[in-house]
Amino acid sequence: MTLLSVEGLVARHGLLEAVRDVTFELDEGETLALVGANGAGKTTLLRTIAGAHRIASGRIRFQGRDIVDDSAHRRVRMGIALVPEGRRLFTGLTVEENLQLAGQCGRRGPWNLESVYEAFPLIASRRKRRAGNLSGGEQQATAIGRALMTNPRVVLLDEVSLGLAPVAVDAVYRSLDGVLAGGATVVLVEQDLGRALSVADRVICMLEGRIVLQGTAKELTREQVVAAYFGLGREQGAPA
Amino acid sequence: MIWANQVVTGILLGGYYALLASGLSLMFGVMRIINLAHGDLAILGAFFTFLVANDLGWNPFLALVIVLPGMALVGWLLQRTMFERSLRSGVLVPLLTTFGLAIVIENLLFAKYGADTRSLGPQIGNLAFDSWKINSQIYIGHLSALIFVVAVGVLGVLHILLRRTPIGRALRATAEDADTAELVGVNSRSVYGIASGIAVAIAGLAGVFLAMRSSYDPYSGPLQLIFAFEAVVIGGIGSLWGTLAGGIILGVAQNVGAQLNPEWQILAGHIVFLAILAGRLMLTAIEERGGLDVFLGRAS
Repeated sequence: MTLLSVEGLVARHGLLEAVRDVTFELDEGETLALVGANGAGKTTLLRTIAGAHRIASGRIRFQGRDIVDDSAHRRVRMGIALVPEGRRLFTGLTVEENLQLAGQCGRRGPWNLESVYEAFPLIASRRKRRAGNLSGGEQQATAIGRALMTNPRVVLLDEVSLGLAPVAVDAVYRSLDGVLAGGATVVLVEQDLGRALSVADRVICMLEGRIVLQGTAKELTREQVVAAYFGLGREQGAPA
Repeated sequence: MIWANQVVTGILLGGYYALLASGLSLMFGVMRIINLAHGDLAILGAFFTFLVANDLGWNPFLALVIVLPGMALVGWLLQRTMFERSLRSGVLVPLLTTFGLAIVIENLLFAKYGADTRSLGPQIGNLAFDSWKINSQIYIGHLSALIFVVAVGVLGVLHILLRRTPIGRALRATAEDADTAELVGVNSRSVYGIASGIAVAIAGLAGVFLAMRSSYDPYSGPLQLIFAFEAVVIGGIGSLWGTLAGGIILGVAQNVGAQLNPEWQILAGHIVFLAILAGRLMLTAIEERGGLDVFLGRAS
Protein backbone atom coordinates (compact mmCIF):
# COMPACT_ATOMS: atom_id res chain seq x y z
CA MET A 1 0.00 0.00 0.00
CA THR A 2 1.31 3.45 -0.88
CA LEU A 3 1.95 5.43 2.27
CA LEU A 4 3.59 8.51 0.87
CA SER A 5 3.56 9.88 -2.62
CA VAL A 6 5.38 12.89 -3.93
CA GLU A 7 4.38 14.35 -7.27
CA GLY A 8 6.19 16.99 -9.30
CA LEU A 9 7.68 18.51 -6.20
CA VAL A 10 9.62 21.75 -6.57
CA ALA A 11 11.29 23.50 -3.64
CA ARG A 12 13.53 26.54 -3.61
CA HIS A 13 16.05 28.30 -1.44
CA GLY A 14 15.60 31.82 -2.67
CA LEU A 15 16.46 31.73 -6.35
CA LEU A 16 18.07 28.32 -6.16
CA GLU A 17 15.83 25.48 -7.18
CA ALA A 18 16.97 22.78 -4.76
CA VAL A 19 14.36 20.16 -5.65
CA ARG A 20 13.15 20.00 -9.25
CA ASP A 21 10.11 18.07 -10.30
CA VAL A 22 10.64 15.09 -8.01
CA THR A 23 8.11 12.27 -8.13
CA PHE A 24 8.24 9.03 -6.18
CA GLU A 25 6.14 6.74 -4.04
CA LEU A 26 6.86 4.98 -0.81
CA ASP A 27 5.11 1.80 0.28
CA GLU A 28 4.30 0.85 3.82
CA GLY A 29 7.18 -1.09 5.40
CA GLU A 30 9.66 -0.06 2.74
CA THR A 31 13.14 1.32 3.37
CA LEU A 32 14.13 3.87 0.77
CA ALA A 33 17.65 5.26 0.55
CA LEU A 34 18.16 8.71 -0.94
CA VAL A 35 21.69 9.12 -2.19
CA GLY A 36 23.43 11.90 -4.01
CA ALA A 37 26.26 14.38 -3.68
CA ASN A 38 26.15 17.40 -1.39
CA GLY A 39 23.66 19.91 -2.70
CA ALA A 40 21.67 17.33 -4.64
CA GLY A 41 18.51 18.35 -2.75
CA LYS A 42 18.12 15.36 -0.43
CA THR A 43 17.83 17.33 2.78
CA THR A 44 15.49 19.86 1.24
CA LEU A 45 13.31 17.05 -0.08
CA LEU A 46 13.04 15.49 3.39
CA ARG A 47 12.31 18.86 4.96
CA THR A 48 9.49 19.58 2.54
CA ILE A 49 7.93 16.21 3.32
CA ALA A 50 8.18 16.96 7.06
CA GLY A 51 6.71 20.42 6.55
CA ALA A 52 9.80 22.35 7.62
CA HIS A 53 10.34 23.80 4.18
CA ARG A 54 7.73 25.37 1.94
CA ILE A 55 7.20 23.83 -1.45
CA ALA A 56 7.02 25.94 -4.59
CA SER A 57 4.77 23.55 -6.46
CA GLY A 58 3.78 19.92 -6.62
CA ARG A 59 1.91 17.63 -4.30
CA ILE A 60 2.68 15.53 -1.25
CA ARG A 61 0.14 12.90 -0.33
CA PHE A 62 0.23 10.94 2.88
CA GLN A 63 -2.17 8.03 3.19
CA GLY A 64 -3.94 9.43 0.16
CA ARG A 65 -4.42 12.86 1.68
CA ASP A 66 -2.81 16.04 0.39
CA ILE A 67 -0.75 17.41 3.28
CA VAL A 68 0.92 20.40 1.63
CA ASP A 69 -1.07 22.88 3.71
CA ASP A 70 -0.50 21.12 7.03
CA SER A 71 2.09 22.56 9.39
CA ALA A 72 5.04 20.49 10.56
CA HIS A 73 3.54 19.70 13.97
CA ARG A 74 0.32 18.45 12.40
CA ARG A 75 2.31 16.17 10.11
CA VAL A 76 4.01 14.73 13.20
CA ARG A 77 0.59 13.89 14.55
CA MET A 78 -0.31 12.20 11.26
CA GLY A 79 2.79 10.05 11.58
CA ILE A 80 5.67 11.75 9.77
CA ALA A 81 8.85 12.15 11.80
CA LEU A 82 12.09 13.75 10.65
CA VAL A 83 15.47 13.14 12.25
CA PRO A 84 17.07 16.36 11.09
CA GLU A 85 20.56 16.79 9.75
CA GLY A 86 22.93 17.68 12.59
CA ARG A 87 20.61 16.04 15.15
CA ARG A 88 19.22 19.36 16.41
CA LEU A 89 18.57 18.09 19.92
CA PHE A 90 17.32 20.48 22.57
CA THR A 91 20.63 20.84 24.35
CA GLY A 92 19.19 22.49 27.45
CA LEU A 93 16.84 19.56 28.03
CA THR A 94 17.92 16.17 29.31
CA VAL A 95 17.89 13.11 27.06
CA GLU A 96 14.73 11.94 28.76
CA GLU A 97 13.05 15.34 28.37
CA ASN A 98 13.89 15.35 24.66
CA LEU A 99 12.18 11.98 24.35
CA GLN A 100 9.23 12.90 26.57
CA LEU A 101 8.60 16.08 24.61
CA ALA A 102 8.25 14.10 21.40
CA GLY A 103 6.18 11.49 23.20
CA GLN A 104 3.69 14.04 24.51
CA CYS A 105 3.21 15.56 21.06
CA GLY A 106 3.02 12.51 18.83
CA ARG A 107 0.73 9.57 18.29
CA ARG A 108 0.11 6.67 20.67
CA GLY A 109 1.81 3.42 19.83
CA PRO A 110 4.46 0.90 20.77
CA TRP A 111 7.27 3.42 21.22
CA ASN A 112 7.69 4.84 24.69
CA LEU A 113 10.61 5.64 26.96
CA GLU A 114 11.15 2.00 27.83
CA SER A 115 11.09 0.64 24.31
CA VAL A 116 13.35 3.43 23.05
CA TYR A 117 15.89 2.77 25.80
CA GLU A 118 15.69 -0.91 24.98
CA ALA A 119 16.32 -0.29 21.29
CA PHE A 120 19.09 2.24 22.00
CA PRO A 121 21.01 0.94 25.00
CA LEU A 122 23.58 3.59 24.16
CA ILE A 123 21.43 6.30 25.72
CA ALA A 124 19.65 4.37 28.46
CA SER A 125 22.38 5.20 30.95
CA ARG A 126 22.50 8.84 29.84
CA ARG A 127 18.86 9.64 30.40
CA LYS A 128 19.39 12.33 33.04
CA ARG A 129 22.18 14.06 31.13
CA ARG A 130 21.70 17.24 29.22
CA ALA A 131 21.56 16.44 25.52
CA GLY A 132 24.30 19.00 24.93
CA ASN A 133 26.74 16.91 26.95
CA LEU A 134 26.53 13.75 24.84
CA SER A 135 28.92 12.27 22.32
CA GLY A 136 27.96 12.45 18.65
CA GLY A 137 26.79 8.84 18.56
CA GLU A 138 24.68 9.27 21.68
CA GLN A 139 23.18 12.43 20.25
CA GLN A 140 22.27 10.66 17.02
CA ALA A 141 20.71 7.79 18.96
CA THR A 142 18.72 10.32 21.01
CA ALA A 143 17.60 12.12 17.87
CA ILE A 144 16.37 8.87 16.31
CA GLY A 145 14.75 7.85 19.60
CA ARG A 146 13.06 11.23 19.78
CA ALA A 147 11.57 10.73 16.32
CA LEU A 148 10.39 7.23 17.24
CA MET A 149 8.70 8.54 20.39
CA THR A 150 6.09 10.17 18.15
CA ASN A 151 5.21 6.69 16.90
CA PRO A 152 5.58 7.66 13.27
CA ARG A 153 4.27 5.77 10.25
CA VAL A 154 7.27 6.97 8.30
CA VAL A 155 10.66 8.06 9.62
CA LEU A 156 12.78 10.43 7.55
CA LEU A 157 16.41 9.99 8.56
CA ASP A 158 18.76 12.71 7.40
CA GLU A 159 22.51 12.03 7.36
CA VAL A 160 22.65 9.45 10.11
CA SER A 161 26.40 8.95 9.99
CA LEU A 162 27.55 12.48 9.20
CA GLY A 163 30.24 13.64 11.58
CA LEU A 164 30.26 10.47 13.66
CA ALA A 165 33.17 8.19 14.45
CA PRO A 166 32.95 4.83 12.62
CA VAL A 167 32.41 3.01 15.93
CA ALA A 168 29.52 5.31 16.76
CA VAL A 169 28.01 4.79 13.30
CA ASP A 170 28.14 1.03 13.84
CA ALA A 171 26.42 1.34 17.21
CA VAL A 172 23.68 3.57 15.81
CA TYR A 173 23.10 1.26 12.85
CA ARG A 174 23.00 -1.81 15.08
CA SER A 175 20.08 -0.23 16.90
CA LEU A 176 18.56 0.99 13.67
CA ASP A 177 18.64 -2.50 12.17
CA GLY A 178 16.34 -3.66 14.93
CA VAL A 179 13.92 -0.85 14.13
CA LEU A 180 14.03 -1.59 10.40
CA ALA A 181 13.52 -5.30 11.00
CA GLY A 182 10.35 -4.41 12.88
CA GLY A 183 8.80 -3.29 9.60
CA ALA A 184 9.20 0.47 9.92
CA THR A 185 8.81 2.66 6.86
CA VAL A 186 11.95 4.69 6.44
CA VAL A 187 13.45 7.22 4.06
CA LEU A 188 17.16 7.36 4.66
CA VAL A 189 19.67 9.91 3.48
CA GLU A 190 23.13 8.44 3.78
CA GLN A 191 26.52 9.48 2.43
CA ASP A 192 27.94 6.01 2.90
CA LEU A 193 26.84 4.26 -0.27
CA GLY A 194 27.71 0.76 0.93
CA ARG A 195 25.62 1.19 4.01
CA ALA A 196 22.72 2.73 2.11
CA LEU A 197 22.64 -0.17 -0.35
CA SER A 198 22.83 -2.77 2.41
CA VAL A 199 19.93 -1.51 4.53
CA ALA A 200 17.59 -0.18 1.83
CA ASP A 201 14.99 -2.01 -0.25
CA ARG A 202 15.02 0.69 -2.85
CA VAL A 203 17.43 3.45 -3.83
CA ILE A 204 16.81 6.85 -5.33
CA CYS A 205 19.80 8.79 -6.57
CA MET A 206 19.49 12.54 -6.88
CA LEU A 207 21.62 14.95 -8.83
CA GLU A 208 21.13 18.71 -8.91
CA GLY A 209 17.62 18.44 -7.54
CA ARG A 210 16.38 15.71 -9.88
CA ILE A 211 16.00 11.98 -9.56
CA VAL A 212 18.52 10.49 -11.99
CA LEU A 213 18.34 6.85 -11.02
CA GLN A 214 16.01 4.66 -9.05
CA GLY A 215 15.55 0.95 -8.55
CA THR A 216 15.58 -1.80 -5.98
CA ALA A 217 18.79 -2.18 -4.01
CA LYS A 218 19.20 -5.68 -5.46
CA GLU A 219 19.00 -4.77 -9.11
CA LEU A 220 21.24 -1.72 -8.92
CA THR A 221 24.98 -2.19 -8.95
CA ARG A 222 27.30 0.01 -7.00
CA GLU A 223 28.82 1.20 -10.27
CA GLN A 224 25.47 2.33 -11.63
CA VAL A 225 24.76 4.31 -8.48
CA VAL A 226 28.21 5.87 -8.45
CA ALA A 227 27.84 6.92 -12.08
CA ALA A 228 24.48 8.53 -11.34
CA TYR A 229 25.84 10.07 -8.15
CA PHE A 230 28.47 12.01 -10.04
CA GLY A 231 26.35 12.59 -13.12
CA LEU A 232 28.62 10.48 -15.30
CA GLY A 233 27.38 9.20 -18.62
CA ARG A 234 24.17 11.18 -18.63
CA GLU A 235 24.76 12.04 -22.29
CA GLN A 236 25.05 8.36 -23.20
CA GLY A 237 21.49 7.69 -22.18
CA ALA A 238 22.00 6.18 -18.76
CA PRO A 239 18.80 5.40 -16.87
CA ALA A 240 17.10 8.62 -15.85
CA MET B 1 19.44 50.11 62.80
CA ILE B 2 17.67 52.44 60.44
CA TRP B 3 19.95 51.00 57.76
CA ALA B 4 18.86 47.48 58.61
CA ASN B 5 15.28 48.61 58.21
CA GLN B 6 16.06 50.04 54.79
CA VAL B 7 17.75 46.83 53.73
CA VAL B 8 14.83 44.69 54.89
CA THR B 9 12.37 46.98 53.13
CA GLY B 10 14.59 46.92 50.05
CA ILE B 11 14.61 43.12 49.99
CA LEU B 12 10.82 43.06 50.17
CA LEU B 13 10.61 45.67 47.42
CA GLY B 14 12.89 43.37 45.39
CA GLY B 15 10.07 40.84 45.34
CA TYR B 16 7.91 43.34 43.48
CA TYR B 17 10.67 44.05 40.99
CA ALA B 18 11.24 40.34 40.44
CA LEU B 19 7.54 39.86 39.76
CA LEU B 20 7.59 42.74 37.32
CA ALA B 21 10.72 41.41 35.64
CA SER B 22 9.78 37.74 35.36
CA GLY B 23 7.17 38.32 32.66
CA LEU B 24 9.60 40.43 30.67
CA SER B 25 12.25 37.75 31.02
CA LEU B 26 9.83 34.94 30.08
CA MET B 27 8.69 36.68 26.92
CA PHE B 28 12.25 37.40 25.88
CA GLY B 29 13.41 33.91 26.77
CA VAL B 30 10.74 32.05 24.84
CA MET B 31 9.84 34.39 22.00
CA ARG B 32 12.91 36.64 21.71
CA ILE B 33 10.64 39.65 22.01
CA ILE B 34 11.82 42.59 24.06
CA ASN B 35 8.45 43.85 25.14
CA LEU B 36 8.69 47.60 25.55
CA ALA B 37 5.01 47.69 26.50
CA HIS B 38 5.61 45.50 29.54
CA GLY B 39 5.38 48.35 32.05
CA ASP B 40 2.27 49.72 30.39
CA LEU B 41 0.65 46.30 30.43
CA ALA B 42 1.30 46.25 34.19
CA ILE B 43 -0.43 49.62 34.49
CA LEU B 44 -3.26 48.31 32.31
CA GLY B 45 -3.66 45.53 34.88
CA ALA B 46 -3.85 48.16 37.62
CA PHE B 47 -6.57 50.12 35.80
CA PHE B 48 -8.43 46.92 35.01
CA THR B 49 -8.43 46.05 38.71
CA PHE B 50 -9.49 49.58 39.60
CA LEU B 51 -12.38 49.24 37.16
CA VAL B 52 -13.57 45.94 38.62
CA ALA B 53 -13.06 47.10 42.21
CA ASN B 54 -14.81 50.39 41.62
CA ASP B 55 -17.68 49.41 39.36
CA LEU B 56 -18.52 46.08 40.92
CA GLY B 57 -17.47 47.13 44.40
CA TRP B 58 -15.22 44.09 44.73
CA ASN B 59 -12.21 43.82 46.93
CA PRO B 60 -9.13 44.29 44.69
CA PHE B 61 -7.85 40.83 45.65
CA LEU B 62 -11.13 39.28 44.58
CA ALA B 63 -10.94 41.32 41.38
CA LEU B 64 -7.81 39.38 40.47
CA VAL B 65 -10.05 36.41 39.71
CA ILE B 66 -11.26 38.37 36.69
CA VAL B 67 -8.17 40.48 36.04
CA LEU B 68 -5.54 37.74 35.79
CA PRO B 69 -7.40 35.59 33.25
CA GLY B 70 -8.34 38.81 31.45
CA MET B 71 -4.71 39.90 31.22
CA ALA B 72 -3.69 36.42 30.09
CA LEU B 73 -6.25 36.71 27.31
CA VAL B 74 -4.84 40.13 26.39
CA GLY B 75 -1.40 38.55 26.16
CA TRP B 76 -2.66 35.70 24.02
CA LEU B 77 -4.47 38.11 21.69
CA LEU B 78 -1.42 40.37 21.39
CA GLN B 79 0.61 37.35 20.36
CA ARG B 80 -1.93 36.27 17.75
CA THR B 81 -2.59 39.69 16.30
CA MET B 82 0.70 41.57 16.65
CA PHE B 83 3.75 39.74 17.97
CA GLU B 84 3.42 36.78 15.62
CA ARG B 85 3.35 38.99 12.55
CA SER B 86 6.11 41.27 13.72
CA LEU B 87 8.38 38.35 14.63
CA ARG B 88 8.34 37.21 11.02
CA SER B 89 10.00 40.46 9.98
CA GLY B 90 13.19 40.22 12.02
CA VAL B 91 14.32 41.47 15.41
CA LEU B 92 13.77 45.19 15.02
CA VAL B 93 10.09 45.08 14.10
CA PRO B 94 8.87 43.52 17.40
CA LEU B 95 10.77 46.24 19.24
CA LEU B 96 9.00 48.94 17.23
CA THR B 97 5.67 47.16 17.53
CA THR B 98 5.81 46.94 21.30
CA PHE B 99 7.04 50.53 21.50
CA GLY B 100 3.98 51.56 19.52
CA LEU B 101 1.77 49.36 21.68
CA ALA B 102 3.15 51.11 24.77
CA ILE B 103 2.16 54.51 23.38
CA VAL B 104 -1.28 53.28 22.41
CA ILE B 105 -1.94 51.82 25.88
CA GLU B 106 -0.76 54.98 27.62
CA ASN B 107 -2.91 57.24 25.50
CA LEU B 108 -6.00 55.06 25.61
CA LEU B 109 -5.75 54.99 29.40
CA PHE B 110 -5.21 58.75 29.43
CA ALA B 111 -8.20 59.34 27.17
CA LYS B 112 -10.42 57.17 29.37
CA TYR B 113 -9.17 58.02 32.86
CA GLY B 114 -7.32 61.32 32.50
CA ALA B 115 -4.07 62.26 34.17
CA ASP B 116 -5.25 61.70 37.77
CA THR B 117 -2.95 59.77 40.00
CA ARG B 118 -4.75 56.86 41.62
CA SER B 119 -4.10 54.18 44.17
CA LEU B 120 -5.77 50.97 45.16
CA GLY B 121 -4.52 51.59 48.71
CA PRO B 122 -7.82 52.95 50.03
CA GLN B 123 -9.62 49.84 48.83
CA ILE B 124 -7.52 47.38 50.79
CA GLY B 125 -7.97 49.04 54.16
CA ASN B 126 -5.40 48.49 56.91
CA LEU B 127 -3.31 46.19 54.77
CA ALA B 128 -1.94 49.25 52.98
CA PHE B 129 -0.21 50.60 56.08
CA ASP B 130 -0.16 47.95 58.84
CA SER B 131 3.18 46.55 59.79
CA TRP B 132 4.90 44.18 62.19
CA LYS B 133 7.23 45.84 64.60
CA ILE B 134 10.44 43.83 64.92
CA ASN B 135 12.13 46.35 67.20
CA SER B 136 12.06 50.09 67.67
CA GLN B 137 13.55 50.73 64.25
CA ILE B 138 12.69 47.77 62.06
CA TYR B 139 9.19 47.46 60.71
CA ILE B 140 7.92 45.01 58.13
CA GLY B 141 4.88 46.19 56.21
CA HIS B 142 2.14 43.60 55.82
CA LEU B 143 1.59 44.50 52.19
CA SER B 144 5.32 44.47 51.36
CA ALA B 145 5.67 41.06 52.96
CA LEU B 146 2.61 39.79 51.11
CA ILE B 147 3.97 41.04 47.77
CA PHE B 148 7.33 39.41 48.46
CA VAL B 149 5.74 36.08 49.38
CA VAL B 150 3.48 36.15 46.33
CA ALA B 151 6.44 37.03 44.10
CA VAL B 152 8.49 34.12 45.42
CA GLY B 153 5.43 31.90 45.04
CA VAL B 154 4.86 32.98 41.44
CA LEU B 155 8.53 32.41 40.60
CA GLY B 156 8.37 29.00 42.28
CA VAL B 157 5.27 28.00 40.35
CA LEU B 158 6.88 29.22 37.12
CA HIS B 159 9.99 27.22 37.95
CA ILE B 160 7.99 24.04 38.50
CA LEU B 161 5.91 24.71 35.41
CA LEU B 162 9.02 25.09 33.26
CA ARG B 163 10.99 22.22 34.77
CA ARG B 164 8.42 19.57 35.57
CA THR B 165 5.43 19.79 33.27
CA PRO B 166 4.83 18.84 29.62
CA ILE B 167 3.96 22.42 28.73
CA GLY B 168 7.18 23.57 30.40
CA ARG B 169 9.19 21.15 28.28
CA ALA B 170 7.47 22.49 25.18
CA LEU B 171 8.20 26.07 26.28
CA ARG B 172 11.89 25.37 26.87
CA ALA B 173 12.27 23.42 23.64
CA THR B 174 10.54 26.15 21.63
CA ALA B 175 12.71 28.78 23.30
CA GLU B 176 15.80 26.89 22.23
CA ASP B 177 14.82 25.96 18.68
CA ALA B 178 11.29 26.65 17.49
CA ASP B 179 11.73 25.01 14.08
CA THR B 180 12.90 21.73 15.53
CA ALA B 181 10.20 21.87 18.19
CA GLU B 182 7.66 21.93 15.35
CA LEU B 183 9.37 18.86 13.90
CA VAL B 184 8.76 16.85 17.06
CA GLY B 185 5.14 17.91 17.11
CA VAL B 186 5.08 21.04 19.24
CA ASN B 187 2.58 23.64 18.09
CA SER B 188 4.90 26.62 18.46
CA ARG B 189 2.08 29.07 17.81
CA SER B 190 0.12 27.89 20.80
CA VAL B 191 3.28 27.72 22.93
CA TYR B 192 3.99 31.35 22.07
CA GLY B 193 0.41 32.22 22.90
CA ILE B 194 0.71 30.56 26.30
CA ALA B 195 4.05 32.23 27.07
CA SER B 196 2.64 35.59 26.10
CA GLY B 197 -0.49 35.00 28.20
CA ILE B 198 1.52 34.04 31.29
CA ALA B 199 3.91 36.96 30.85
CA VAL B 200 1.14 39.55 30.54
CA ALA B 201 -0.87 38.07 33.41
CA ILE B 202 2.17 38.33 35.70
CA ALA B 203 2.78 41.87 34.48
CA GLY B 204 -0.82 42.68 35.38
CA LEU B 205 -0.38 41.19 38.85
CA ALA B 206 2.73 43.31 39.38
CA GLY B 207 0.77 46.36 38.26
CA VAL B 208 -1.96 45.64 40.80
CA PHE B 209 0.65 45.39 43.56
CA LEU B 210 2.16 48.69 42.43
CA ALA B 211 -1.27 50.25 42.62
CA MET B 212 -1.79 48.88 46.15
CA ARG B 213 1.53 49.89 47.64
CA SER B 214 1.90 53.17 45.80
CA SER B 215 0.14 55.21 43.15
CA TYR B 216 -0.10 55.07 39.39
CA ASP B 217 -1.35 57.06 36.43
CA PRO B 218 -1.60 56.29 32.69
CA TYR B 219 2.04 57.21 32.16
CA SER B 220 3.57 55.17 35.00
CA GLY B 221 4.48 52.27 32.74
CA PRO B 222 7.84 53.30 31.25
CA LEU B 223 9.51 53.75 34.65
CA GLN B 224 8.29 50.30 35.71
CA LEU B 225 9.68 48.91 32.45
CA ILE B 226 13.08 50.35 33.32
CA PHE B 227 12.99 48.77 36.78
CA ALA B 228 12.05 45.44 35.21
CA PHE B 229 14.90 45.73 32.74
CA GLU B 230 17.36 46.55 35.50
CA ALA B 231 16.29 43.57 37.58
CA VAL B 232 16.55 41.25 34.57
CA VAL B 233 19.97 42.53 33.56
CA ILE B 234 21.39 42.47 37.10
CA GLY B 235 20.08 38.94 37.66
CA GLY B 236 21.00 37.55 34.26
CA ILE B 237 18.59 36.83 31.44
CA GLY B 238 16.82 33.51 31.45
CA SER B 239 17.21 32.74 35.15
CA LEU B 240 14.12 33.08 37.32
CA TRP B 241 15.99 33.04 40.62
CA GLY B 242 18.57 35.37 39.15
CA THR B 243 15.69 37.74 38.46
CA LEU B 244 14.72 37.58 42.14
CA ALA B 245 18.31 38.34 43.13
CA GLY B 246 18.38 41.19 40.60
CA GLY B 247 15.14 42.59 41.98
CA ILE B 248 16.44 42.42 45.54
CA ILE B 249 19.74 44.12 44.64
CA LEU B 250 17.79 46.88 42.89
CA GLY B 251 15.35 47.27 45.78
CA VAL B 252 18.08 47.41 48.42
CA ALA B 253 20.11 49.89 46.36
CA GLN B 254 17.10 52.18 46.00
CA ASN B 255 16.21 52.08 49.67
CA VAL B 256 19.74 52.57 50.89
CA GLY B 257 20.08 55.43 48.40
CA ALA B 258 16.89 56.98 49.70
CA GLN B 259 18.23 56.79 53.25
CA LEU B 260 21.35 58.66 52.19
CA ASN B 261 19.29 61.31 50.52
CA PRO B 262 15.59 61.04 49.62
CA GLU B 263 16.31 62.35 46.15
CA TRP B 264 18.74 59.56 45.44
CA GLN B 265 16.31 56.65 45.56
CA ILE B 266 15.88 56.04 41.82
CA LEU B 267 19.36 57.30 41.04
CA ALA B 268 21.01 54.81 43.41
CA GLY B 269 19.19 51.95 41.66
CA HIS B 270 20.37 53.14 38.27
CA ILE B 271 23.96 53.55 39.48
CA VAL B 272 24.10 50.03 40.92
CA PHE B 273 22.60 48.71 37.70
CA LEU B 274 25.17 50.53 35.58
CA ALA B 275 28.02 49.44 37.84
CA ILE B 276 26.98 45.79 37.56
CA LEU B 277 26.52 46.08 33.81
CA ALA B 278 29.93 47.71 33.41
CA GLY B 279 31.49 45.06 35.64
CA ARG B 280 29.96 42.31 33.51
CA LEU B 281 31.22 43.86 30.29
CA MET B 282 34.66 44.26 31.77
CA LEU B 283 34.77 40.63 32.91
CA THR B 284 33.77 39.51 29.44
CA ALA B 285 36.46 41.68 27.89
CA ILE B 286 39.07 40.31 30.29
CA GLU B 287 38.09 36.75 29.50
CA GLU B 288 38.24 37.41 25.79
CA ARG B 289 41.79 38.61 26.20
CA GLY B 290 42.84 35.46 27.97
CA GLY B 291 42.05 35.95 31.65
CA LEU B 292 43.08 38.34 34.40
CA ASP B 293 46.78 37.46 34.44
CA VAL B 294 47.22 38.15 30.75
CA PHE B 295 45.10 41.28 31.07
CA LEU B 296 47.32 42.69 33.80
CA GLY B 297 50.48 41.64 31.98
CA ARG B 298 51.44 39.11 34.65
CA ALA B 299 51.43 36.08 32.42
CA SER B 300 54.83 34.58 31.78
